[in-house]
Amino acid sequence: MVVEPRRALKGAVLGLVLVAPLVLGQGSTVDEIAKYRAALQDGNPAELWEARGADLWLQKRGPKNASLEQCDLGLGAGVVKGAYAQLPRYFADADRVMDLETRIVWCMVTLQGYTEADAMKGPFGGPDRKADMEAYVAFVTSESRGIKMNVALRHPKEQEAYRLGEKMFYFRGGTHDFACATCHGEDAKRIRLQDLPNLTQTQGAQKAYTTWPAYRVSQGELRSFQWRLNDCFRQQRFPELVFTSDASIALTMFLAHNANGAAFDAPAIKR
Amino acid sequence: MQRRQLSRALAAAMAAPAILIGCVTSPSDAEVAAKAATVLKASFREQGQARLDRLVQDDTQQTCSAYTGKALPKDIAAQIENANLAMIKWPADGKLVGDWKNGEKIAQEGRGMQYSDDPKGPVGANCYACHQLAPQELSYGTIGPSLYQFGKLRGYTDENRKYAYGKVYNAEGYSACTNMPRFGHKGILTEQQIKDVVALLMDPDSPVNK
Repeated sequence: MVVEPRRALKGAVLGLVLVAPLVLGQGSTVDEIAKYRAALQDGNPAELWEARGADLWLQKRGPKNASLEQCDLGLGAGVVKGAYAQLPRYFADADRVMDLETRIVWCMVTLQGYTEADAMKGPFGGPDRKADMEAYVAFVTSESRGIKMNVALRHPKEQEAYRLGEKMFYFRGGTHDFACATCHGEDAKRIRLQDLPNLTQTQGAQKAYTTWPAYRVSQGELRSFQWRLNDCFRQQRFPELVFTSDASIALTMFLAHNANGAAFDAPAIKR
Repeated sequence: MQRRQLSRALAAAMAAPAILIGCVTSPSDAEVAAKAATVLKASFREQGQARLDRLVQDDTQQTCSAYTGKALPKDIAAQIENANLAMIKWPADGKLVGDWKNGEKIAQEGRGMQYSDDPKGPVGANCYACHQLAPQELSYGTIGPSLYQFGKLRGYTDENRKYAYGKVYNAEGYSACTNMPRFGHKGILTEQQIKDVVALLMDPDSPVNK
């Protein structure tokens, strides 16, 4: 993997330059935002996370002084290529449906000897610290770029996760009566100027799901799908979604399966 | 109130044939919904001002969740609307219209009730997230209809002022299973804030009506 920090940084700098143009009228505002988004595609700092994750994956770490090279992401021990395009899935060794982050935690515990609590500590990076989890996620997902999403519902627990995720998607609660579907259940809607994907339709689910994880220019961080769900629920006025919780996996199963057939295209870059 | 009817309606909705995914012994739609609610409760933790009781649905939330993506029968819709209309607290002083300038600030303010927000405020309605209002604001969403010239087009009547107040206070009283939050009923906005938002919509001097 070749990383060009200068090229990568260009995207971030362009973000600062083009962030202000609210001019003239609605049409030109939307045009300017489209131009800004196009400019971002030129260089993606997510490459820095991918490279760090690839490096960390091979490092001997934890109480057992072992790497994650033998981690079985569903295609057999040691196979990373294409694994993310088939997640979440049922893992017999854990007797549980797992998404990528949950499986990485499992491997950190079983292979490297971490406690589950230690493996799950600080999964999202912030201004003062980079999260190893987001680097792992960037590396593993980058190894599925260009591969078609193919999330199966073979095992009864996979089928159950999908149906639970679907119900959760429509679950209205909290102070504002919001469900996921409130913002993501219709075509061609937006919040302020932000377009909203309709996640109940194949095309919308495909476009959204295949472009996470993403480097968020506004946050200067690579964000995983667990983070995406966590922050949606914050804005939904719900309490905090627990990292790798059953609800987070069920919702991921619902959305990932709906994206089947589309080529995975992340880590991406978003505003 | 309408609790028993709503619960019965909900049971009927859930008894509707579930879509089976290749398994004869698949759990029913109602069983999946019940399990989803249980799993959700175990998957969140309290954070800031957002306590776990936010995952406990009231009748309206429960019924509307069950019917999302399905046609809402007219009698169920009427029950939801009547129940919510009956819960609106109208201002004791009889005044429904406040200050449109404050209303504009409330319409712009996106903070409030998130666990990341200061519980002391400010709390806004973030109307622009979903609606066009004053034409000067270009950054508006489209989940709700445009409200530009709301008062001018409808007329500055007592009836329309009352409708605007009631709709902001409890939108479920007018349109069952709407996407719009119940700003008064759920204690998101104060009575004065709702009056100010009504002014933004109904004051002839408000930029919304220019």
